[in-house]
Amino acid sequence: MSATALDGDQPTTSDTLLSAMDLRKSFGHTTALDRAGITVARGEIVAIMGPSGSGKSTLLHCLAGLVTPDSGTVLFEGQDLADLSDRARSALRRGEFGFIFQFGQLVPELSCVENVALPLRLAGTRRRVAEARAREWLARLEVEQIADKRPGDVSGGQGQRVAVARALVTAPKVVFADEPTGALDSFSGEQVMRLLVDTAKQTGASLVLVTHEARVAAYSDREVVVRDGRTRQRAEVS
Amino acid sequence: MSIGHALLGLLETGPRHGYDLKRVYDERFGQDRPLAYGQVYSTLSRLLRNGLVEESGFEVGGGPERKRYAITDAGVTDVSAWLITPENPQMYLQSALYTKVVLALMSGRDAEEVLDAQRAAHLRSMRELTSRKQGGDLADQLICDHALFHLEADLRWLELTAARLADLARQVTG
Repeated sequence: MSATALDGDQPTTSDTLLSAMDLRKSFGHTTALDRAGITVARGEIVAIMGPSGSGKSTLLHCLAGLVTPDSGTVLFEGQDLADLSDRARSALRRGEFGFIFQFGQLVPELSCVENVALPLRLAGTRRRVAEARAREWLARLEVEQIADKRPGDVSGGQGQRVAVARALVTAPKVVFADEPTGALDSFSGEQVMRLLVDTAKQTGASLVLVTHEARVAAYSDREVVVRDGRTRQRAEVS
Repeated sequence: MSIGHALLGLLETGPRHGYDLKRVYDERFGQDRPLAYGQVYSTLSRLLRNGLVEESGFEVGGGPERKRYAITDAGVTDVSAWLITPENPQMYLQSALYTKVVLALMSGRDAEEVLDAQRAAHLRSMRELTSRKQGGDLADQLICDHALFHLEADLRWLELTAARLADLARQVTG
């Protein structure tokens, strides 16, 4: 098993799904990432922690191909995202990645089941098949009763469960979640986290979770801390 | 935690013998720290001496005879007063971690390493509690939540201190 040391995180191995090395990203004069690195193994749940403005969301966006770093490398299954065309990167995001954001970002004009079915529809699945699968996912997330409601008519916790269902409906290899419980009270947040982690584990998806909340990070297998754009070496004391 | 008051509270639901008290206590409140038999019997002796419990016959079963204890009126008054007396909120003004951070800064060591090591240790404990909570009943969930909120408070302090390390370094070395 070959291993390459990364700045700030674990070495890459044959089990690595996603890795980033030496990432730098600036927005104007503001440095968001400064030689950040991370690895995510298949099926692993990794929490990216850090204070506001530390660069943790930028790191997530670079990993997910939503933001292009100024320098450094992001590899998904050994493939450098920078070598992909925009079209290929979009296809990768639709097919292999799932996304959950703090405020759900569901389409308000569509019902919950249509929202969950949307990624499948975009990939060309027929409506009937897509919506049947979406209903199965809503049941799995224990919100089948709101399938035909619009996002505006459901609670924040229910909306986030719909967002989790939408992220997992395409059976992605990795789910990126940016403060998925940030807008929820602690009880709803815990329910969402439990369901998110359970379903990710059942499907074998990796989960990369940005959070500033330790109670959310406690659902992960491992944490990576970002401060001032740099990933911190973990100080392990046996 | 006042073991005497907890045992009195359990006796308020009916007379019990020492073994039974230990069993119920461990089940409800013992978690990782079950009561030692010696502690149960020495506590009952003290409560008896202070008139808060009284002997209430013997329980005869397959094994040896067991002395049963019942709460007295004075015991009920005592446990009532204990229940409505707030626990002293801990002020946490003596922090080993703060001491370590300051000493690290004073000696020119990397204080962030101190904070990072502590964060990793706290998160390990939080993972254990989260996992235990997921497999547990409501009592487990509430007890684990109590511990999780305390650890989370420590972690918030760690983050705040990490953000203020440069200022603190100037103050302790200046």
